Amino acid sequence: MSARLVRALDLITRVRGVRGAMVVARADGLVVAEQLMEGIRGNTVAALTASLAGRLHRAMVAAGLGPSQFWHLQCEQGAVLAVPAGAALLIVAVAEPEVNVGLVRLELLRAAEAAV
Amino acid sequence: MSEDIKHLSAELARDPQSLVFLRLGELLRQKRQFEAAARVAVHGLERHEHLADAHDLYARILADRHDYERAFDEWDMTLRIAPHHTGALKGLAFLYFKVGDLAQAEAHLQAAHKIAPDDPSIGQAFAVIRGEAPAPGGEPLPLPVAEHVAPLPDTRVFAGLEGAQEGLLLLDAAGLVLGGALKTQEGADVTEAVAAYLAGVSHEAMRTAKLLGLGGWRGLSAEGQSGHVHLGQPTADSLLLVMRDHAVPLGRLALLAQRAAQAARRWLERQQ
Repeated sequence: MSARLVRALDLITRVRGVRGAMVVARADGLVVAEQLMEGIRGNTVAALTASLAGRLHRAMVAAGLGPSQFWHLQCEQGAVLAVPAGAALLIVAVAEPEVNVGLVRLELLRAAEAAV
Repeated sequence: MSEDIKHLSAELARDPQSLVFLRLGELLRQKRQFEAAARVAVHGLERHEHLADAHDLYARILADRHDYERAFDEWDMTLRIAPHHTGALKGLAFLYFKVGDLAQAEAHLQAAHKIAPDDPSIGQAFAVIRGEAPAPGGEPLPLPVAEHVAPLPDTRVFAGLEGAQEGLLLLDAAGLVLGGALKTQEGADVTEAVAAYLAGVSHEAMRTAKLLGLGGWRGLSAEGQSGHVHLGQPTADSLLLVMRDHAVPLGRLALLAQRAAQAARRWLERQQ
């Protein structure tokens, strides 16, 4: 993994409320790189986010909106945010519910640039 | 019905990507033109391999042709894509009943009943399984009929709200349209196409939230190249999609979604 990408993941996890960030292979849902707090299961996050991204992608294309460029799953006790990095990767963050979504989005997009 | 078949065939020839193959295949199946129905279903599956309704349609045609093994595979695939697909649950119940596995047949009917408690065909099937009613038409259980032949949905759910006819969509838990409509910026109606995928998206969102220990999911916002969407659940058994172009930022979209969810809840309460 490139030093730029390590640095980019590091910047994501420095945002207050972010519990972990990772790079995921879209095709098979495997972890490429991760920086996670203890207790977060990287393999599970990777598999689920890749699957959700795939389904969302098909729905958005069907809606004529083109591929998803950023998505944010809001849950009672947390959030998952993701951006694609090229055709093969996803950059994913797992966060607290009150996280600054705009800031995480910005860092995710920067990480995506570093990954491709 | 023949006029409908001609019209839908022409529409499909004009636009091979269109989802009208679902209605056309079902109409051909109902006319017992199984060869033609199968061709239409396979044509649709080649273009929409992740569409639960396409697998369900093909399964019903296979079951009509007594190809039960492949029908089982297709309904199984339908449920993998859309776990709340009542047509597939009823179809599998039919197949289990055929081979004498009454426990599995009843379990699948119960799962379908939980999702669609008002579906009278499920009650009839229960009665047949329990020996309380004769089997209709010589079949052990009535084969499920596709829901997409049903009349067009009520579009008054969001009356008075901005975008009611092109950017708001309310679905039931199985992904069937309850109200609203979606149109692309070019004006093409994509209601059915999007609805077909949303049940899978919401199931995956629920699974992700649950398995990551994040509690229930409250909403899913996404930015596309040409616009934004927000998906939420006004009630436990419904899904609401709000779609807008790029001019509406994601934050405002969430506010619009809250307003639309209130309207949807009021409308759903009135239906009970």
